[in-house]
Amino acid sequence: MAPSLLELTDLHTHFATDRGELPAVDGIDLTIRSGEIVGIVGESGCGKSVTSLSIMRLLPEPLARYAGGSIRFKGEDLLRAKEKRMKQVRGNEISMIFQEPMTSLNPLLTIGEQIGETLRVHRPVGRKDAAAKAVEMLRKVGIPRAEGVAKAYPHQLSGGMRQRVMIAIALCCEPELLIADEPTTALDVTIQAQILDLMKTLNRETGTAIMMITHDLGVVAELCERVVVMYAGKIVEEGSVHDILTDPRHPYTQGLIRSIPRLDEERERLYSIPGQVPRPGAIAQGCRFAPRCEHAMPICGEQLPELIACARPAHRSRCWLNTAQEVAN
Amino acid sequence: MLNYAIRRLLMLVPVLLGMTVIVFMIIRAIPGDPAEVILGEKASPQSKEALRQELKLDEPLYVQYGDYLGKLLSGDLGKSIRSKEPIATEIGPYLAATLELTAFAMLFAIVVGVNAGIVSAWRQNSWFDYASMLIALVGVSMPIFWLGLMEQWIFALELKWLPSIGRANPRDPIDAVTGLYLIDTLVAGRFDQFGTVLKHLVLPGIALGTIPMAIIARMTRSSMLEVLRSDYIRTAKAKGLSQLGVIYKHALRNAFIPVLTVIGLQFGLLLGGAVLTETIFAWPGIGRYIFDAISARDYPVIQSGILIIAFLFVLINLLVDLLYAAVDPRISYK
Repeated sequence: MAPSLLELTDLHTHFATDRGELPAVDGIDLTIRSGEIVGIVGESGCGKSVTSLSIMRLLPEPLARYAGGSIRFKGEDLLRAKEKRMKQVRGNEISMIFQEPMTSLNPLLTIGEQIGETLRVHRPVGRKDAAAKAVEMLRKVGIPRAEGVAKAYPHQLSGGMRQRVMIAIALCCEPELLIADEPTTALDVTIQAQILDLMKTLNRETGTAIMMITHDLGVVAELCERVVVMYAGKIVEEGSVHDILTDPRHPYTQGLIRSIPRLDEERERLYSIPGQVPRPGAIAQGCRFAPRCEHAMPICGEQLPELIACARPAHRSRCWLNTAQEVAN
Repeated sequence: MLNYAIRRLLMLVPVLLGMTVIVFMIIRAIPGDPAEVILGEKASPQSKEALRQELKLDEPLYVQYGDYLGKLLSGDLGKSIRSKEPIATEIGPYLAATLELTAFAMLFAIVVGVNAGIVSAWRQNSWFDYASMLIALVGVSMPIFWLGLMEQWIFALELKWLPSIGRANPRDPIDAVTGLYLIDTLVAGRFDQFGTVLKHLVLPGIALGTIPMAIIARMTRSSMLEVLRSDYIRTAKAKGLSQLGVIYKHALRNAFIPVLTVIGLQFGLLLGGAVLTETIFAWPGIGRYIFDAISARDYPVIQSGILIIAFLFVLINLLVDLLYAAVDPRISYK
């Protein structure tokens, strides 16, 4: 097994609001190994984006506060790292791509400049070499007529092309970890498949680990080896893609899977999990999913279950049902 | 781009034509008689009538206007009633004096205003933000004449750091070539005079530049705040760029377009609106030239002076429009 590249231990990220300090990420443990593709799944507001921005330390401090835990990257705790060190990490050792390719590029700079800039920040290369490398990166991410595109401005490209450019920017310094925050959500389905394909190929070729943040289990099935399901700032289930998709143990994961439209079933209405993700701070005690759960028991409202192994050691779930099953066995 | 510029310049013609009509009518609607102002109240009615005939003020308005327009189209701005000099030659030094003052004032306004706006946005809700926005608020509400007098009192009279009035030392006259003294003294290699001219510019420049400075600071701040929230700024940070790189390379250029509009408008306003500053600091500029002409009912001078200011105003705004395209590749003129 490859050594762990990134290790989040009991990460707490809080936000100062008018209603006091609220936990957006509430005690997350997560490990990503070199070269691995891990999916982070959950609805909007479950804390997956905050987790990724915490790793990059890009949240607006002091509005956001890292209230506890650690983020170990190759053994170094990024939460204790100085800003100067973080600048070396960002874009160089850990890169990030975002959901909105339409607005994530600077409209006033050419594509070539925006790729070359990253290189020039982190490597001792001249303007010319950076420009040449930018064209090379554009080719690598499958952009035709790369020389022409390098001289183009973002508004001259389509959404899919822009996301490829974002990937080129992210990968030009050969980072060890790529955080992709819903990179395909804003794209057409066919373009989505192309981008996922590209990410998979690049992962194989360069060995860059990918942390794939998404709400789409289809994307996870396509791309990832391991999945972490988040709900209201906590991990509720994690395991291999196969285990999670074929044998989900947490009612929330089961709900997510049931709400995927299927071609081989006739249904009047698509299933949807009733209710909404609770707002941070609205959770008093017990399991956070209990108010929306169809299996809720008295204990669910009183005590938060632990994340424990079920069926297989690597498949863990945070649900009283599992505990009950284990006792029964 | 060139086509666009030419088209815009052609569109200037009807604008300026409209200006001539309005100015021509308005100044003749002001009560008062040039002949009486020139000859004095005690002059005989006959001599006043003779002067009116000489100046063709007894003709119907449309004849007077046609006469004026005909000369204007052949490039003749007319002669001053008071000095009998051609306005085209007389107005030059005044215009140069005002251009130098406004350029200096705008330079002050842009450098201070833009940077204050940037820091305020970057450190939103910090003491610097509150302080600079308070100064900006006071700045826009401050009457220029009061600010000018206070400057003269503190920096000229009490501290004796800077001269209070004029453009240069009257005992050490400057060889005017362009009329822009900073350039003239530099070309002549007279660095001592250059320093003196610069000192004379400071107080009126600040008095004149304070309002635009405040407006630019507020505009830059709000525009920067909006840009700093955008996705591509997050991308720039995620690339590992330094704060300065994020601000100056990515944010400022994007935030600059609305600021550019304000700068163009303010520059144009200052050209004609420097009367108060020019009066307080005895600055021989075009504002005072026109103001004196109004008091003397010197119709040709008023007409030509306002026309020139209007022309410059439109020209500056054309320049701003062309600059948009230079800043933003999404804007192109065909």
